[in-house]
Amino acid sequence: MAFEYPENLKYLDSHEYARVDEEEADLVIVGITAFAIDQLGDIVFLELPEVGEAVEKGESFGAIESVKAVEKLNSPVTGEVLERNDVLLDAPEYITNDPYGDGWLIKVKAKNLEEDLEDAMSHEEYKLKVGG
Amino acid sequence: MALQQTPFYSLCVALGGRMTAFAGWQMAVQFGGISLEHEAVRTRAGLFDISHMGKFELHGKGAIAALNQLVPSNLARLQPGQAQYTVLLNPQGGIIDDLIVYRSPDYSAGQRLMMIVNAATTDQDKAWLLDHIDPEAATLVDEFRDRALLSVQGPQAANLLAPLSTVDLSHIPAFGHGESRILGAPAFLARTGYTGEDGFEIMTDAATGLALWDALMQAGVTPCGLGARDTLRLEAAMPLYGQDIDDQTTPLESGLGWLVHLEKKGDFIGRSVLEQQKQSGMQRRLVGLTMTDRAIARHGYPVIYQDQVVGTVTSGTLSPTLKIPIALAYVPTPLARIGQFLEVDIRGQRRSAQVIKRPFYKRSRP
Repeated sequence: MAFEYPENLKYLDSHEYARVDEEEADLVIVGITAFAIDQLGDIVFLELPEVGEAVEKGESFGAIESVKAVEKLNSPVTGEVLERNDVLLDAPEYITNDPYGDGWLIKVKAKNLEEDLEDAMSHEEYKLKVGG
Repeated sequence: MALQQTPFYSLCVALGGRMTAFAGWQMAVQFGGISLEHEAVRTRAGLFDISHMGKFELHGKGAIAALNQLVPSNLARLQPGQAQYTVLLNPQGGIIDDLIVYRSPDYSAGQRLMMIVNAATTDQDKAWLLDHIDPEAATLVDEFRDRALLSVQGPQAANLLAPLSTVDLSHIPAFGHGESRILGAPAFLARTGYTGEDGFEIMTDAATGLALWDALMQAGVTPCGLGARDTLRLEAAMPLYGQDIDDQTTPLESGLGWLVHLEKKGDFIGRSVLEQQKQSGMQRRLVGLTMTDRAIARHGYPVIYQDQVVGTVTSGTLSPTLKIPIALAYVPTPLARIGQFLEVDIRGQRRSAQVIKRPFYKRSRP
């Protein structure tokens, strides 16, 4: 199955994406890709950090669970959680509808934005990786 | 070792099944989605390819007596057409495998038992049986590996299968079985399953199996993968071998006391351990848990009581039918009472849990 991987995002091996906000400096919106959601199957539970908590590049900031499995969520950047998607916490199954839009997970104020995202994948590299 | 494929492999791929390696086989985890398939089985009917499971027959004048030495259940009372869910035990009372034993009508050379065992343990079961069964008493027949084995499960399973079978399915009670013709070919038909619903397991040749799959799908049965099989069996609190039960757990500890018939039979491998456990009580028990916090306990998560790790979760999911987190866990016997509050360490955070009755789900019988 072919999924969409927007051009303007950066991707991690572990299937999270980072969207660098065009207006607010150092703001990164973090979510997971359509491929990862499809692999997990029916999403039933999300665990996200509180606003104000620190997240670290490459470290787990939460978890996403389907009926069959749980996967850690890794942060693409180091920084502080500015916002989390509370709507999704109550209805995690909605993430499937719009993973790159309303299905975002957290917004992070990044400390070293450019450095942290240097080795993240482009949409083309990610697409190659997941074979689609 | 190359992965094996069942007769349904290509069909599952063509149906969009997500394939995975399971016990050395390439099997579908899901087709339309676990929740959807799960619901189909609870409300209508679902179809599973379980051809990967081990299938043996035991033939001979002493077949029942021989197998009776290896299991804690009393097989002597098993009549032709009946089946018994049971376990093979090691001398420590640990479970080598769980299986269903089906007694077929006797034939000229004696008794005939069909055994359906787990895929992952098929070869070690065979070795164990060959080591422990006197070839004078019974012969192990291992010529069913290429057979198709399908499971159609759900409240409508019997109605949808009936037009395809020559045998009147209403004559086969739960845990009954018999020979039938399905779509013109001979088939072994058993009213058993692993979902907590009514349903049938059908063994036949590969070509007939494929035709049966098509016919059932045309009749509206939903193809299901191993994912839904797991959530269905867990709601019904049926143990999964290698996860909830293994060679370190006895049937008494793991909630399978109902298949231990100490008073009704003589010696069998593991008997003395079970007798002792029955007398002096078990150290631990497999219990049903629900989470009172919003969280899902999963396989391997520690169970905590008064700041001590006291046990382990063996299976867990969000119950698709009940919409609550459910889990099976081993806990010390004093903490196994219904209503007992415990905690589960979920990725470093302690979450509140409570012991609840098993099975989590029980179908309403008409």
